[in-house]
Amino acid sequence: MKKLRLIAGVIALGLAATACGGAKVEDDSKAAPSASAAGSAAASAAGTVKIAVNPWVGYEADAAVVSYLLEHELGYKVEKVTLAEEPSWQGMESGDVDVVLENWGHDDLKKKYIEEKKIAVEAGSTGNKGVIGWYVPEWMAQKYPDITDYKNLNKYADLFKTSESGGKGQLLDGDPSYVTNDEALVKNLKLDYKVVYAGSEAALIKAAKQATDQKKPLLMYFYEPQWLFNQVKLVKINLPAWEEGCDSDPKKVACDYPPYDLDKIVSKKFADTGGKAYDLVKNFQWTNDDQNAVADDMTNNGMSAEDAAKKWVEANTAKWQAWMPK
Amino acid sequence: MVSAPVRTAAPPAPPVPGPARVRRLVRWAAPAAGVVAVVVLYAAFRGTAVLPHDDDAALFHWLNDARDWVDANRNSSPIFLYLVNYIRLGVAELYTLVQGGLVALGWPGLIGLAAGLGWLAGGWRIALVAAAGFAGVGVLGFWEASVDTLALTLSAVALSLLIGIPLGIWAGRSARVRRIVTPVLDVMQIMPTFSYLSPILLLFLIGPASATIATMIYAMPPAIRITALAVQRVPGVTVEASESLGATGRQTLMKVRLPLALNTIMLGVNQTIAAALSMVPLVALIAAPGLGVDLIRALARVNVGAALVPGVAIVLIAIVLDRVTRAAARRREGGRRARAVRWGGLAVLTAAGIALTPVLAPEFPEQWQVQVVRPINDVAGWIEAHWYVFTGFLNDTVAYGLLNPLQDVLTSAPWWLVTVAVLAFAWRVSGPAAGLVAAACLVGVAALHLWEHGMETLTIVLVASLITIAVGLALGVAAARSRWFAAGLRPVLDAAQTMPSFSYLLPAVALFGNGRFTAIVASLIYAVPVVARLVEDGLRAVPATVIEAARSAGSTDRQLLWKVQLPMARSSLLLAANQGIVMTLAMVVIGALVGAGALGYDVVAGIAQQEDYGKGFAAGVALVLLGVMLDRITQGANGRRSPHKKRNA
Repeated sequence: MKKLRLIAGVIALGLAATACGGAKVEDDSKAAPSASAAGSAAASAAGTVKIAVNPWVGYEADAAVVSYLLEHELGYKVEKVTLAEEPSWQGMESGDVDVVLENWGHDDLKKKYIEEKKIAVEAGSTGNKGVIGWYVPEWMAQKYPDITDYKNLNKYADLFKTSESGGKGQLLDGDPSYVTNDEALVKNLKLDYKVVYAGSEAALIKAAKQATDQKKPLLMYFYEPQWLFNQVKLVKINLPAWEEGCDSDPKKVACDYPPYDLDKIVSKKFADTGGKAYDLVKNFQWTNDDQNAVADDMTNNGMSAEDAAKKWVEANTAKWQAWMPK
Repeated sequence: MVSAPVRTAAPPAPPVPGPARVRRLVRWAAPAAGVVAVVVLYAAFRGTAVLPHDDDAALFHWLNDARDWVDANRNSSPIFLYLVNYIRLGVAELYTLVQGGLVALGWPGLIGLAAGLGWLAGGWRIALVAAAGFAGVGVLGFWEASVDTLALTLSAVALSLLIGIPLGIWAGRSARVRRIVTPVLDVMQIMPTFSYLSPILLLFLIGPASATIATMIYAMPPAIRITALAVQRVPGVTVEASESLGATGRQTLMKVRLPLALNTIMLGVNQTIAAALSMVPLVALIAAPGLGVDLIRALARVNVGAALVPGVAIVLIAIVLDRVTRAAARRREGGRRARAVRWGGLAVLTAAGIALTPVLAPEFPEQWQVQVVRPINDVAGWIEAHWYVFTGFLNDTVAYGLLNPLQDVLTSAPWWLVTVAVLAFAWRVSGPAAGLVAAACLVGVAALHLWEHGMETLTIVLVASLITIAVGLALGVAAARSRWFAAGLRPVLDAAQTMPSFSYLLPAVALFGNGRFTAIVASLIYAVPVVARLVEDGLRAVPATVIEAARSAGSTDRQLLWKVQLPMARSSLLLAANQGIVMTLAMVVIGALVGAGALGYDVVAGIAQQEDYGKGFAAGVALVLLGVMLDRITQGANGRRSPHKKRNA
C-alpha cells in the first residue's frame, strides 16, 4: 500500500514536471544558474560580470585590469571564475561565465559554440600577439649552435634525459589544459622524446630559471606574451614552418604552431544585455609589453592583482580611456 | 610483483611444534614455485603482448561521440529536460539559498551562530572552539571564500543526509537491502575522487551545482553505513518491548529506534562532513567557488605560502564542524533546566552575533588580518635553495632505483602474465573470489585501452605503499612499545587526520618540485598516520597474558615482536596494509596536478581538453578498477570486511 502511494507520488511529480515543459540549461525563466547573477545585480547598481580566469599570469593581468576598470570606473561587480580554457566555453553555456578575455585560437570551440550552438560571440582582438613554441636556455644555443633546428634534436636527446622521461629526451610541457600539439609533434616528427607535464606555468618558469642558473639542459613548451623573457634568455627551436591548414587534424600535426591573434569571446547573453561592460570588454586592447608589465608586478613584485592593475591604470590613462564606452 | 607491501605486514605464522622446518618448507614451496614460474615466463615472453598506450583508441572516440550527443541534446532530450536539468536547477537553487543565507548573517552573525551551536552541542569549550575557528578563518583573510566553501559543504551534506539516512535506516532493518548496498558503498569509498568528475561534468556541466552533487556522492557512504550500523545496534529487547506494548512499526522507528540510534547517527554526520570537506579543493576544477580555488591557483603558481593559508582555513572549518558534531554525538544528561540553558545559550549567542552585524563592517576587517604568505615562502625558498642536493638525490634514488625498474617490468611484461600473477597472488592472500575479482579488474583496465597508464599508476602506488607501510609499521611498533612515544605521536596523528588530503601536496611540492616522487611523499604523509594507528591498536590488542607467557618462556623483545605480537595482530596489519594502499591510490591520483602523470593526468586532461574527454572518462573507470583490485588483494584471508574510513570515531 505504502509503495503504491510512493509510486503515485513519483508519477504525479513527473507529470507536474512535464506540465512545466522541462528545464533547459541556462533557461532564464527557470532562474537558478542565473539566479546568483540576478541576486547580486540587485545589490550592485550596474550588475555583475563573470570573467573566466585561465591559469596563466598573462591572462590574470588582462583580467586584473579589466576588472579594475569595471569596478572602479563603471561600478560593476566582477566575479572571477578560475577555470581552464575549454571548460570556460562550457561555462558560457551553463551561465557561469560571461567573458573569456584571452582566447588562443580554439577554432573547434568557435565552430561548436559560436556557429552551431550560437551561445557565444567574438568580441575582437586583445592586441596581444601570441607565440607558442619549444625553447632551450640561451647557453645551450651557444654551446650547441645547431640545436635550434628540430632535425638535430635527436642528436641531443641524451642531454635531455631525466628520471621522468623513460630513457628518452624530456620535452617539458605545462598545464594539461594548455593548447598543445606536442605529443603529436614528437610522434609525427619522429623525435626520440617524451612529453612530460610539469603541471603549471609556474613549474615551467621554475625549470627555465634553474636551467639557466645551474646550466642544466632543458627543452620546454613555452609561449609569449610572457614576462619571463625579460629576465631569462630563451631560444626558440625551429619546427617545420606553419602553413594554413597544416594543423587542422590534431593527430597529424607536423608543423609549428600558428601565430595567434589573441581575442576575446563573450557569451551571447552578455553581448546582448551586457551594456557598458560589454562595450568596455569589446574595446579592451593593449600590447604584449603592457600585459608583461602587469604580470611582472603580480608575480615578482609581490603585488595583488588589484594593486598591479591600479598601478598600470594610473600610469596609462590615455590608453584605457579610449576603451571606455561612449 | 605485488607481493612486497603485504608480505611486510604478514610475516610467517606463529611457531609450530614438531618438525617445523619441514612444514615451513612445504608451506612456502608453492608460492616460491609461483614466483619462479612468473620470473621464467617474464623472461620468455618479455615484450610480447604488451599494450602500448594509444590516444586514438576507438573507445575514446566513442566516448567523445557520446559526449557530443549529450552536448547537442542537452536542451531537447526528455531525460535532460525533465530530470537532469531539474536536478541541476534544484541543487543550484539550494546552494544559492544556503550561500545567500550565510552571507546575509554577516561575519559576526555567522561566528555567533557557530558559537551558539557549539554551546548547544557541548558547552562553553566547544562554543569557544567554534568562535575561535571561524574568526581564525577571517584573520587569515579568507572570509568570503570560506563562506562559499561552507555553503557548498553544508548543501552537499544536507543532501547526503537527506538521501543517506533513510537509505541507512532501510539497510539497517533489512538484511537484503544491506547485501545490495554494502558492495556499492565499498566501491564508492575505494573510488578515487577524481573518477567522479568526468561523468558529473557530462550530466551537469560545470558550476556550483555539479560541485555540490560530486561532493554529495562522495560524502554519502559514511552517512548510509553508520546509520545502518546504528539502527542495527538498537537492542532487540527494547524493540520487542515497544512492539509488545502495541506500537506500530512506524512508532517503533520514530520513538524507539531512531532516538536510541541518534548519537551514533551524529557520528555519521560527522564523517559525512569530513568527507565533504576533503572534496573542497577538487571541485574547484569544475568551477565551484570557495577556498579550493585559492588552493589550486596557488598550487599552479608553486606558491607554497599562498596555498598553505587556504589549506589552513579548510582545516579550521573542518575542526569546528568536527568538534561540534562530535560533541553533539555524545549523550547528554540533565533535565528540563539544562536543556533550557543549552537552547537559551544558542539563542543569546546567535542574537548577539546578528545584532553586531549591522554595527560592524560588512567585510571582515582588513586590519585584523595577518599576512603569513611571505614568511612561509621565505622558508620554502631557503629549503629549496639549500636542500637541493639532498632532495634531488632522494628523488633520483627513488625514481631510478624503484620507480623506473618496476615500471619497466610492468609495462614490458605481457598483460596476461601480470593478470595471472595478480590472480595467483590475490587467490593466495585473500581467497579465490578476491583473486577472480582482482584479475577481472585488470582485464577491465586492458579493455579500456589504458593498460600502460594503468601500470604507471600501479607502479607509483606500489612504491608509495611499500614505503608507507614500512614507515607506518615502524612508527606503530614503536608507539606500541613505548608509552612516551605513543603520547608524543598521538596529537601529530590526530592533526594529520583532520587535514584535507590536498594540503599534503604542499610540503611535498615545496621540497621536491613537480613529479612522481612528490606524489609519493604526499601519499606518505597522508596514509602513514592511519597505518601507524592501526598497527599500534593491533599490537596493543594482543592480550597481556599471552605476552606474559611468552616472556616467562624466555622470549627476547625481538622474538616477542616477530613471533608473537605481529602474528597475533595479523588482521589489524592486513587492515593497515589495505587502508594504506587505498589511501595511497587516492593521493597518487591527485598527484597528477603536480606532474605525477599516468591515469590521474588523463582524468585532469579529460576535464580540460575536449578531445581528451573520452580518455579521461575511461581513465576514471580504470582508476576505480585499480582501486577495487588493490582492495581485494589486501582484503585478507579471513573474509573480514574493511570499514574503509579514516577515523573510527
